[in-house]
Amino acid sequence: MRKALRWLGRATFGLLVVVITLYTLFPFYWAVVSSLKQGSALFEVEAWPRNPAWQNYVLVFTEQPFGRNLFNSVVVASTVVLISLFLAVTAAFALGRIRFFGRTPLMLMILAVSMFPQIAVLSGMFELVRWLGLYNTLPALTLSYLLFTLPFTVWVLTTFMRELPKELEEAAVMDGASPWVICMHVFLPLLKPALVTTGLLAFIAAWNEFLFALTFTLSQEARTVPVAIALMSGASQYELPWGLIMAASVIVTVPLIVLVLIFQRRIVSGLTAGAVKG
Amino acid sequence: MSVPSGVPAATTATATPAPPPASVSQLSRQRVRAAWLFLLPTLVVLGMVAGWPLLRTFWFAFTNANLSNPEPPQFVGLENFATVWDDPDWWQSVRNTFFFTGISVTLETVLGMMIALTLNTRFRGRGVLRAAVLVPWAIPTVVSARMWGWMFHDVYGVINAMFLHLGFIDAPIAWTADPRLSMAAVIAVDVWKTTPFMTLLLLAALQMLPDELYEAAKLDGAGPIRVFFKVTLPLIRGPMLVAIIFRVLDAMRVFDLFYVLTTNSSESMSMAVYARQQMFEFQELGLGAAAASMLFAVIAMFTAVYLVLGRSAVEEAA
Repeated sequence: MRKALRWLGRATFGLLVVVITLYTLFPFYWAVVSSLKQGSALFEVEAWPRNPAWQNYVLVFTEQPFGRNLFNSVVVASTVVLISLFLAVTAAFALGRIRFFGRTPLMLMILAVSMFPQIAVLSGMFELVRWLGLYNTLPALTLSYLLFTLPFTVWVLTTFMRELPKELEEAAVMDGASPWVICMHVFLPLLKPALVTTGLLAFIAAWNEFLFALTFTLSQEARTVPVAIALMSGASQYELPWGLIMAASVIVTVPLIVLVLIFQRRIVSGLTAGAVKG
Repeated sequence: MSVPSGVPAATTATATPAPPPASVSQLSRQRVRAAWLFLLPTLVVLGMVAGWPLLRTFWFAFTNANLSNPEPPQFVGLENFATVWDDPDWWQSVRNTFFFTGISVTLETVLGMMIALTLNTRFRGRGVLRAAVLVPWAIPTVVSARMWGWMFHDVYGVINAMFLHLGFIDAPIAWTADPRLSMAAVIAVDVWKTTPFMTLLLLAALQMLPDELYEAAKLDGAGPIRVFFKVTLPLIRGPMLVAIIFRVLDAMRVFDLFYVLTTNSSESMSMAVYARQQMFEFQELGLGAAAASMLFAVIAMFTAVYLVLGRSAVEEAA
């Protein structure tokens, strides 16, 4: 009896694990399956296409400027990450290692910025972008994305800065090192893992951004991947090219999934450091 | 966009050095000057991309700014706010946003808790499952909206096919066309996409709990459900509240999902979609800015709650 109960418990648990896996992975699986179907096969519900074809993956690059869109996304997300990390390292050093009057209000302010709804700055940012002559260009996106990547990187790096041992700094001060030297030559090398985590999370956020990208670009060639996928349309309004859309979706998702799987543990610690521990 | 931001824990706990002698004080003055120099670039950039645009938005909210009008905008007082206030579509978008936030965050919390508890148990393949759970979080919101939009397709969608096959429905349903059903669809996608975030935060909290507590509870003969409500839940309440408020903040400003997944009729809009529509589709920059300012006020309120809760949660844990 007891044995049967235990077996039942294990079976239920196993079932739970299977259900969770199916629930999380099925939509992605279905996108892959749909992207491999062509013509009328797309409109039949089959667990696996009878004649899998790569045609959609070719068409998305020949019928749409999707290569250009991918390039745009890579350029914007990388520059945003580099600029944010560069600015955030010194800011985090100041906030994490030096006590000064006004530090707490500053930190609260930076935190508050990271909670801004993007829509609240949209019209002001639109004006700024036009005034700088950046409308419909990639620098418009790079500039506006700093709104959310910079506060985030400053916050997380400040947390990591704080955890570094005090003795290192004291020894450097004894040797007469300036704050700049301490920040760049003593602490920066130790922060490398944190930089990778924070940079990756900021990259994902910039890669996924939609509202600014939709508003500050106009032509298909200037679009980033999320906007391109959201606005992808067929010959007529009623004929959405679902095969192409799914192929494009799979193309942008696979690199992200690979990155997330590689850096899994770091991402978890970065996310929790950002949201709970501060 | 779901990068988490922090809570002001870091502002509370730091070691204070003892009052320094005179020579050290000069050194510390030099350090303070360095601190401001180090912060300067970041503050300038934040002022440019956050402070200035926000102030301009507030200003536009009180003017008749219009994108098709080349003349400089004029001050009109509270007129825009009154117009938005009297617009039934605005209130529909407010109801939609609050309904979406309430249901989504509740479902995410319950589901996230179930998955976190599962992952907190030792079993073979736990690492694989933990990785799998992260996948939806990594997929861009627009892409998840498109993937699910295809699954919800009225004629060729796999969801209708499954439901028909299982006998839940007699005829295919137009999920994303009907405003009430599209709300269900939007919630389904949001829950799928952001539950991993909740799971991770709850799992991190669960893993901090000491094993001894559970052994003690087991000795007392408490069943698993009793243990969950009497031991686990009270202990992780703080981190859980922080995670919930964080999700609420994120859900209140929802834009992508509604924009991509629904038909954007006036009945199925979120507050952010309403504000953007006024600004750029109707070119009424002033009206849109007024709506955006109201959304900002709501979110600022929740942010204040988050800061207070975040601080007390961390102090509790310390």
